[in-house]
Amino acid sequence: MKGMSGWLIRIFAVNSIKIISLLLAVSIISFVLVSASPVDPVRQYILGLGTAVSLEQRAEIESYWGIDEPPAERYLGWLFEVLNGNLGESAIYRRPVADIIGERFWNSLALMLCAWILAGGIGFVLGCVMGMYRNRLPDRILKKVCYLLSTVPAFWLGLLFLLVFSVRLGWFPVGFSSPIGVPGADVSIWQRLYHLILPAVTLSLMSFANIALHTRQKLADVLDSDYVLFARARGEGQWTILRRHGLRNILLPALTLQFASFAELFGGSVMAENVFSYPGLGSAVADAGLRGDVPLLLGVTLFSALFVCAGNMMANLLYGVVDPQIREAGK
Amino acid sequence: MEQKKETLLEIHNLSVSFRMYDHGLEQTNLRVISDLHLTVRPGEIVAVAGSSGSGKSLLASAILGILPSNAVVCGHLHYKGRELTGQLQKELCGKEIALVPQSVAFLDPLMKVGAQADGHYRPKLTEKRRKLFERFHLPGHTEDLYPFQLSGGMARRVLVSAALVTDAELIIADEPTPGMSLDQALEALRMFREMADEGKAVILITHDIDLAFEFADTVAVFYAGTTVETAPASDFKKGPAALRHPYSRALWEALPQNGFRPIPGFQPYAGSLPKGCLFAPRCPYKTEKCGNQIPPVREVRGGEVRCYRAK
Repeated sequence: MKGMSGWLIRIFAVNSIKIISLLLAVSIISFVLVSASPVDPVRQYILGLGTAVSLEQRAEIESYWGIDEPPAERYLGWLFEVLNGNLGESAIYRRPVADIIGERFWNSLALMLCAWILAGGIGFVLGCVMGMYRNRLPDRILKKVCYLLSTVPAFWLGLLFLLVFSVRLGWFPVGFSSPIGVPGADVSIWQRLYHLILPAVTLSLMSFANIALHTRQKLADVLDSDYVLFARARGEGQWTILRRHGLRNILLPALTLQFASFAELFGGSVMAENVFSYPGLGSAVADAGLRGDVPLLLGVTLFSALFVCAGNMMANLLYGVVDPQIREAGK
Repeated sequence: MEQKKETLLEIHNLSVSFRMYDHGLEQTNLRVISDLHLTVRPGEIVAVAGSSGSGKSLLASAILGILPSNAVVCGHLHYKGRELTGQLQKELCGKEIALVPQSVAFLDPLMKVGAQADGHYRPKLTEKRRKLFERFHLPGHTEDLYPFQLSGGMARRVLVSAALVTDAELIIADEPTPGMSLDQALEALRMFREMADEGKAVILITHDIDLAFEFADTVAVFYAGTTVETAPASDFKKGPAALRHPYSRALWEALPQNGFRPIPGFQPYAGSLPKGCLFAPRCPYKTEKCGNQIPPVREVRGGEVRCYRAK
């Protein structure tokens, strides 16, 4: 057990260094991209103020913000502030970026978590069913469903869901994360969940086909393996084989895939949140991009990079906990 | 004397083919085992020898009922006098008939070997398996290791324990020796000898024919999916004069210590078997008859042979 915790600490340390250097790279690249873009942060800021600003005042703002300083200096200044926890103030919301991210992240997290569990659970079970009934009717039907779902764009599916389930049938609300006209403090968890269902299902449909098809293929490989042949020679039945050897061997790739899907999930949440007017990070980043809110855009970019890296790190750590070959090799 | 013993497994006229789709929907049958005979008695090691592709491993799969789904089996398999049907195979495999697979690849890479050797049986056989591990000098912590942590010799002993834990009466060992040092191979074969001496029957499928002669009671020589000769192992030790089939003699002479002389030609591919005797194309003594008709199995000097010429 001592070796195990030592291994975990080491992997954690190595991954942390990787994440920090990756975040640095992401910050540099996004900073360069934003500087090179036609977005003029000063103009956006002034637009956001809503009052007329004279040329002198504008020049004052520019020099206060250090627009004429060399880019490297500006970057270092920004980085220093970020390291001190100051992500700047959003030009469109007039509030600190960190607060906005903090608030919206919980909405997004709830959405992504629901979608993630749904996609992982359904995808894994369907993948197992397809693998066990390989090339037979259930497999052939499910495979076509998976292909169909993975080719259909998620935002289109979201719109379709809205049309059918919200507008036509009236089963679900048309958007937002809580009922309109109810103060935030009075919204119950059930109301929040109720508003979450459609976007979460839409988001999960994006990745579950992928997980199901991967799981199917992996299970098929396992069932063709020599150790399953040996299990059959020892009289183990289909379901005993699935329980004793199948699950054990496909869980690992499924888990990795599941945690590595954080990036897709985040990308998908931008779509889903916009279609369902769901106030999460995804809709914030879309707003920030469209309306030239540089601090918010940079803040969310950094945060999402951190989020995706955290997912990958969890996959790495779990891999070691589950797979003895990696764990023992790490000793 | 041995003939009088009750037979445990009797294989008669066994053929195995694979349904294949050639071009589009054209279906062909690829015959990989044809008219095979084999008799196994308790207390006996039957070595099945032959080159790669002679159908040795498929024989094991056919007995255990684990052939791929596109395989078609014809002929008779009898176990203790009962016809070995798919149903009976399901009942017996892993209980009365056990397989000792080739290598560590037949162990689940993510499962501790102790639990694997225990198997799925209820009630659990852990106590019995621990005794077997002890008997095979596997250290106490072995059961908590994963297959990739085992040495070749340890893996072999784990696989044998997995077969013995069930009280199987018939043990099929599929190529247990390749990749082992001579010492390890001898140890493994001694293990099988011990099992046979305890009254179990062992089918030893092997490449290492010279080792097989030493430990087996009977040797069945496979060629292109059939048994060309079944003879007491002692005949193989005596030399080519005691053997009955030209292929058995060729095998003997191809051994490094016996001159290392190969014969020309190659074993026919399952898709293009000759019409008559399967060995005829390579046989120096072939006659017209050999090319037209498969020779029947005959008893010659206490062995069985498929050759018109054998005396």
